[in-house]
Amino acid sequence: MSTAMNDVMIEAEGLTKSYGRPGARVRVLDGVGLRVARAGVHALLGPNGAGKTTTVRILATLTTADSGTALVAGHDVVTDRRRVRRAISLTGEFAALDETLTGEENLRMMARLSGLPRARARERAEELLVRFGLGDAARRQARTYSGGMRRRLDLAAGLVGSPEPGVFFLDEPTTGLDPRSRRELWQVVRDLAGRGAAVLLTTQYLDEADQLADRVTVLDQGGIVAEGTPDSLKSRVSGHRLDLVLSTREAYLRLAARAVHHSPETRTLGIPTDGTAAHARALLDEIDPHRTDVDRFSLHTATLDDVFLALTTAATEAPAHV
Amino acid sequence: MSDAPGALTRATVMTGRSLLLSRRNTDAVITSMMLPIMLMLIFVYFFGGAIDTGAAYDSYVMYVVPGVLFLCAGFGSATTAVAVSEDMKGGIIDRFRSLDVGGMPILAGHVVTSTVRNLVSTALVFAVAVLIGFRPAATPAGWLAGATVLLAYIVALSWISAAIGLLARTPEAAGGFTFFMSFLPYPSSAFVPVDSMPGWLHGFADHQPVTPAIESLRGLLLDQPVGNTPWTALAWAAGILLVAVALSGALFTVRTR
Repeated sequence: MSTAMNDVMIEAEGLTKSYGRPGARVRVLDGVGLRVARAGVHALLGPNGAGKTTTVRILATLTTADSGTALVAGHDVVTDRRRVRRAISLTGEFAALDETLTGEENLRMMARLSGLPRARARERAEELLVRFGLGDAARRQARTYSGGMRRRLDLAAGLVGSPEPGVFFLDEPTTGLDPRSRRELWQVVRDLAGRGAAVLLTTQYLDEADQLADRVTVLDQGGIVAEGTPDSLKSRVSGHRLDLVLSTREAYLRLAARAVHHSPETRTLGIPTDGTAAHARALLDEIDPHRTDVDRFSLHTATLDDVFLALTTAATEAPAHV
Repeated sequence: MSDAPGALTRATVMTGRSLLLSRRNTDAVITSMMLPIMLMLIFVYFFGGAIDTGAAYDSYVMYVVPGVLFLCAGFGSATTAVAVSEDMKGGIIDRFRSLDVGGMPILAGHVVTSTVRNLVSTALVFAVAVLIGFRPAATPAGWLAGATVLLAYIVALSWISAAIGLLARTPEAAGGFTFFMSFLPYPSSAFVPVDSMPGWLHGFADHQPVTPAIESLRGLLLDQPVGNTPWTALAWAAGILLVAVALSGALFTVRTR
């Protein structure tokens, strides 16, 4: 087994990709680069159509980029795709399982296709079923599994023939799962990284990135909007805002430019603040010296979704590196 | 790390997989086996009395069985299109590809399974045919030649089905497409002599790929002179197979790009 001597397991630079016929091509990826280290979880965060899945498919050798380079486990994803494929596990948004085969049959098939001899394949399948909490369901057809069980079986299937720790691509692994199954899957992902795997996961959920990732790349419309640790991203968008309900339309229009949150129908504006009493008091005095414009106010603690929205809607501005 | 499995292992595993899938999908398998038997009974008992197949045949059942065997191959291979299309719909193809399994082993697995399934249903149809009075008189060489022609068509039709499965956007559409294929035996000498059809149809009925196959199987089973027709039939089967393999290879690449 030949892996990279350094600890960077996924390294991509300047990936671009367009789809469609000549003349009507749509650019879905516009210069995406990232680095994922061993024992690390990197989240690709973005809305639908941001280019997350395309990035994963390029890195997993399922499609090729129009330009740019990528090394996975030290191998080039274009010229050395066979070696890359043997180093990675891929779990897509749609479970890649045979519904009418049992969990055990699914895993044994994947193990055999990865080159394990029959007896070893059976052992490996059993081992993974137990590890992923599917021991009791091993002989049931996959179509009888719950969403969470299916996702875990899918993960196990991606893992079955790969040398651990390895490189994992998890494309929206928790989409459609109930909160409990999500948490169970998060634990599985943490365990993988704990064993030394490099994990690249895509998600639309910020709390997921926050919970799991040590680095986050925010994608929007094929480009990188921001990149950094979850904490640095959160601090980039101020943590609090003061929501003011204004008494008149004139006041609303006068202050609209300063606001990060607009709600004209309720004449509410949200102005960034650090959340301290001193800052809130000063802010109110400054924007409403005559004490007539602001009817009511409330302090709003920015949710992760606010951060996400702020970052992705700012996509047209210069990308920020945090 | 384990060594990459050889092409044979891949194809074997994929065949095992589609055999299992087929076993779990008994509805479709039973339907594809029962339909030809029912059609045979309908033709023999409902229409047979009114069909004049000439003095060479003691009864209609002697004439119609080879045609029914090909009809059976058509129905049986249609399931392949649906199975391939189901594969393309889900994420499993990406999983296989990430394990370095390409289109050919996947499709070959389906085709081998389809062939096995077809051989079972052919045996079943044949058994029912004997029960209702079909009495083959083939020589050992004739049996062998007849079986070869039938097998060649089963493989060729299954592979065309696989290509259709890649072409269709949904499994439902794939099933619909293959419906046309199972109609191919009708405008041929399968059920009625071509002479009894309108003149404009003769050209097609005489020269379409299923006709030489049915003619030679009938001749071989009843020990009548067949001339070159078995070779013509095999040439058709080989041609269809070649086109189907090339086409499905190209389609797989396009669909997974």
